[in-house]
Amino acid sequence: MSSWPRSSERLPAGLLEDRLEELLEACLSSRRTAAALVPGLAALARPQQDFVLHWVGIVARSSAELAYQFAAAAPRALALLGERGAEAWLVEAMDVFDRESMYAASAALKDLSRFARAWDAQAHAARFEDSARVLELFLCGLAGRRLRVDAGEEPWTDTETVYLPREVTLFAARSRNFLVYKAMAALAWAQARFDTFSADLAAAVSGSADPARARAWAAFLEAVRLGAKLERILPGLARDLRALQRPALDATIRSAVAPLARPDAAIGETLAVLRALDLSRPPPAWPYVVRLHPGRVQEVRAARIERERNALRTVLAGLRDELRRERPAEAEGERAGRFEARLSDPTEGAERSVELFLDGAVVAPPVDAASLIQSILQDLGELPPEYLEPAGAGAYVSHAGPGPAGDDEAVQAEAGAAVYDEWDYARRHYRRAWCVLRSRDVHPGDAAFVWRALERYRPQIARLKRTFEALRGEDRLHRREPHGDGIDLDAAVAGLADVAAGRELPARLFVRRHRTERSIAVMFLVDMSGSTKGWINDAEREALVLLCEALDVLGDRYAIYGFSGMTRKRCELYRVKRFDEPYGAAVKGRIAGIAPQDYTRMGVAIRHITRMLLAEEARTRLLVTLSDGKPDDFGDGYRGEYGIEDTRQALFEARRAGIHPFCITIDEQARDYLPHMYGAANYVLVNDVRRLPFQVASVYRRLTG
Amino acid sequence: MDTRAHEADQYLVKSEPYYEPVADEARLFEAAYASRVPVLLKGPTGCGKTRFMEFMAWRLGRPLVTVSCHDDLTASDLVGRYLIVGAETVWVDGPLAAAVRLGAICYLDEIVEARKDTTVVIHPLADDRRILPVEKTGEVLRAPPEFLLALSYNPGYQSVLKELKQSTRQRFVALEFGYPAAALEQRIVARETGVDAATAERLVRVAGMTRNLKGNGLDEGASTRLLVHAGKLIALGVPPRAACAAAIVQPLTDEPETLAALHELVASVF
Ligand SMILES: Nc1ncnc2c1ncn2[C@@H]1O[C@H](COP(=O)(O)OP(=O)(O)OP(=O)(O)O)[C@@H](O)[C@H]1O
Ligand SMILES: [Mg+2]
Repeated sequence: MSSWPRSSERLPAGLLEDRLEELLEACLSSRRTAAALVPGLAALARPQQDFVLHWVGIVARSSAELAYQFAAAAPRALALLGERGAEAWLVEAMDVFDRESMYAASAALKDLSRFARAWDAQAHAARFEDSARVLELFLCGLAGRRLRVDAGEEPWTDTETVYLPREVTLFAARSRNFLVYKAMAALAWAQARFDTFSADLAAAVSGSADPARARAWAAFLEAVRLGAKLERILPGLARDLRALQRPALDATIRSAVAPLARPDAAIGETLAVLRALDLSRPPPAWPYVVRLHPGRVQEVRAARIERERNALRTVLAGLRDELRRERPAEAEGERAGRFEARLSDPTEGAERSVELFLDGAVVAPPVDAASLIQSILQDLGELPPEYLEPAGAGAYVSHAGPGPAGDDEAVQAEAGAAVYDEWDYARRHYRRAWCVLRSRDVHPGDAAFVWRALERYRPQIARLKRTFEALRGEDRLHRREPHGDGIDLDAAVAGLADVAAGRELPARLFVRRHRTERSIAVMFLVDMSGSTKGWINDAEREALVLLCEALDVLGDRYAIYGFSGMTRKRCELYRVKRFDEPYGAAVKGRIAGIAPQDYTRMGVAIRHITRMLLAEEARTRLLVTLSDGKPDDFGDGYRGEYGIEDTRQALFEARRAGIHPFCITIDEQARDYLPHMYGAANYVLVNDVRRLPFQVASVYRRLTG
Repeated sequence: MDTRAHEADQYLVKSEPYYEPVADEARLFEAAYASRVPVLLKGPTGCGKTRFMEFMAWRLGRPLVTVSCHDDLTASDLVGRYLIVGAETVWVDGPLAAAVRLGAICYLDEIVEARKDTTVVIHPLADDRRILPVEKTGEVLRAPPEFLLALSYNPGYQSVLKELKQSTRQRFVALEFGYPAAALEQRIVARETGVDAATAERLVRVAGMTRNLKGNGLDEGASTRLLVHAGKLIALGVPPRAACAAAIVQPLTDEPETLAALHELVASVF
């Protein structure tokens, strides 16, 4: 093979042809040759040639055919769109290929001029996908709680999610378009913060001849009122808003809205102004006005209140049980188990402090109870007594119910299978030799999945690697070495004393710098139950790719296993990576092959993994589980409380054995039972699957940093 | 002046350090000191632990020996070692031994950073034996009543490698430090930097927003220390947004999206 030219020189036709033949072999024929592609590509500058070859290589792994078509159209695409645009054009076609068919993908590639027009408009647009994460963090900083951000037809909020348009193309500069996004997000937050929804807006507009128009005016008036509020607390933001207040208001409107700028103007003022206004004209079209949907806000609020009431009662039930266990000696009958709360008086801007009492004695509320109480106070302004009654319908109730139904005999051990006890909370005993667990390999999947993840997350991976490098352990001084980069003074002094006493000068007198080994063994246990199908499974696999890339830098010893199964006699553990296996093609294939299977019998998997971890030589042993929610199994009653209690027990066992368990859960509704189930373990809740790939690596960094 | 008195003198805190009490930490500290129980200061970085120690040392009139722990810190770094002077070996006390002899307050900053075996040497000092065995010389130093051991520890790290062992933590009275309440923090920032009250208020507002992001993009929010840094830059004429970017935003993270969000938050306030 001839040598590859230096990175500045253009690739000659011969080399190009060889390379293309290699890459496209699968789809070449006598009528369709690599040579036909060469003239177009030979004329390109070297960076563009590299660009084309790089992408041909990637696309060919999914489809050589598509890669060929790309190579043929690439010169024109590069001329029209530049590298960034051409990449977007190709990625769009690959998405079409994944989602639909070769035929559709080929059509997408060919329609280059349509794409070029759209790309042109896009160049100045601020887009939702690009802005969402920053806006979400921005809102979290403003609000002190997590407001979800989602794309919608128009900007509005239901007080939990802020909906924003897919793109903003109002201005020629992208930064100004982003400013519109930011203004919308801030205004949506301000609606919740300054009580826009405390009045009955629906009733206020329904009397009007044109309710839709009245609602639009109300939204505009709120933009005026809230803008004025922001002047005081967020002057920088208010300045941004003022810059967007176009068209300017005419004199009549200006004087009509003047009362809204008063410091104490509340939603009542807005409604008063609305009643006095002439609604025959539409309101001024300020670009960032956030629409009002009072009905939806009510629904969300009612659902939240309900959810939080249940969650609070559950947490309190857990707290009561825990306290009873701690002080079991006292007579059961004397204690009714009644909670009371004492609240401080409300003051402007500050949270009210809450003291919690159980049967008259003060108790420290767990963190989640405290935040639930605060959230309820925000909605209701008070804490009704029934919210403090432990447990209740629909929530997780800690009373002994029936155990698993059906056959009762212990299982027999068989070759290649391991047998484990399981915790039966109702009996308060283990069921001996209850579960059979078999290990098997994940069937390798399409490696293109890994490549695509590597491509998609290239910048993030580079960043992760940098942060992980920082963890790698500092140089450490080894003393009393025979060679080294400095004198070991302690040894030298002792040596001199030896010489003075007539003995020989010892040889080990030096210090040497040596990279310290992080003595860690980590086990990742991944949920492969059927419920992970779709997004969650994708996110799990991507998370593992990012994690492996980052861990490669660090050199920590780690293993990855998946778990699933169906009934206690068929629990399965799937090997993805053993501790002593390198992160190479085989492991990548197995990561790609992680696929949703059956159920989630979590306890037995944790017990097995615990045993494997204990067999590893390491000073620190870490168990990280990745799951999508409640443990569940088919038929035999593992679902619900039994499974929660068994999982909790298995985590306790791990902790007692000196392992640090940490659980990552992807679930929005999981709140009520998680603190209980993870009793012994630390955990995080990931409520946005899209964040999972980064979060797993960053949790790991925090845990071991 | 004999040498020991001279040594003690150089560790003395001469003038009153500026410290704003947050709760009753000073009283608790004094009570622990009077009962000869060692003290553990828990709290996030930059919330005033070191400043508090200086203040208490001044108030109690004791020398303050501070050791910043790092992961190469060995037991001999703390206790002492032999040096060669001329042809003779001479024993030199490490800061911990020196503090014991002086009846000083010994403050081990960020104890979890030190090597695990290092924490063990403080155990006999931290229980009611109050002794420091010096292995190399065979000496056993007995701490005088004025001696006090204090550690600091940041529980915000979730790292399993940096947990303080129960056998260590259960020897101490623990004082918990958090960021001061808004009004107090404003006063601290204004006083430490010379910025006006309005600017201090805005800096504290920015800090609150970054603290909201803890666990959501940030491992830790901006500390009082960062606000003081930003305030100092502003007092020297640096425009507020630039000062916050340099002194608050950049030190917190490298993650581009989080950086962008932080810049937007700063721009909302200033
Ligand atoms: N209560 C306070 N009174 C006066 N100044 C304070 C107070 N709290 C914080 N500060 C200011 O914050 C700065 C940082 O505090 P300090 O150095 O004591 O932090 P620390 O808790 O020791 O942090 P670290 O854990 O990183 O060592 C001080 O230099 C001082 O300017
Ligand atoms: Mg300090």
